[in-house]
Amino acid sequence: MEKIPILRMGEFLLVTIQIDMHDQLALKLQDDLSNAIQKNASKGVLIDISSLEMVDSFIGRMVADISGIGRILGAETILVGMQPAVAITLVELGLSLPGVATALSVERGMALLRRKIDADGADVVTH
Amino acid sequence: MSSLTKGEAPLRSEHDIVLARQQVRRLTQELKFSLVDQTKMVTAASELARNALVYGHGGAMHWEVVRAESRTGLKLLFADEGPGIPNLDLAMTDGWTSGKGLGMGLTGAKRLVNEFEIDSKVNGGTRVMITRWK
Repeated sequence: MEKIPILRMGEFLLVTIQIDMHDQLALKLQDDLSNAIQKNASKGVLIDISSLEMVDSFIGRMVADISGIGRILGAETILVGMQPAVAITLVELGLSLPGVATALSVERGMALLRRKIDADGADVVTH
Repeated sequence: MSSLTKGEAPLRSEHDIVLARQQVRRLTQELKFSLVDQTKMVTAASELARNALVYGHGGAMHWEVVRAESRTGLKLLFADEGPGIPNLDLAMTDGWTSGKGLGMGLTGAKRLVNEFEIDSKVNGGTRVMITRWK
């Protein structure tokens, strides 16, 4: 069974989505990430979608759900590297991903995560 | 470069949704759509292909390169033989869903294309036709 690898980097998890995911694979990633957050007591998750040429409502919902699940489990999620054409399409589709923090690159996402965690983790507010 | 101007792809499994959007990506690239327009058409196709599979219990995507005056476009028809949509007006409302989706599929797809037509009969399946011009 194909799966998307989850890399552990200290207190963070990094997921790089490089293939055009079918729906079950997206759901499996959601499960795997939730389990990895709990197992590693991760403080943050970076989801790199810079290789994704399309995000539809299903993948958008998966990302929003991971962000929500992560928050409950004590991890902040940052979606990084969305291509401009994907962002334009996503907004026109009607999904603006409220509650999902984003960054332009993995480096910036990592810096954002550190700031959020340093700012105390207790009452971090995402936009 | 494909010289075909029309074709058909089955929508019988989740993998077929992936294949359908890859096919639409190839076609829009061949037609030299801008990257944003490619992405919009691929995303609309993904939404409608999933609807045909999940709600229509499977069907097919028919594609055709269309020309009008000096314009070139891509027309896609998603046809299923599913239960149909009893209330189309309701189905075309943002956020409405009969299933577990977000309710953005139909209305979202409509916003991403230039032309959108839907025809559905209870117990007679649903046909959605979309066109995007270059």
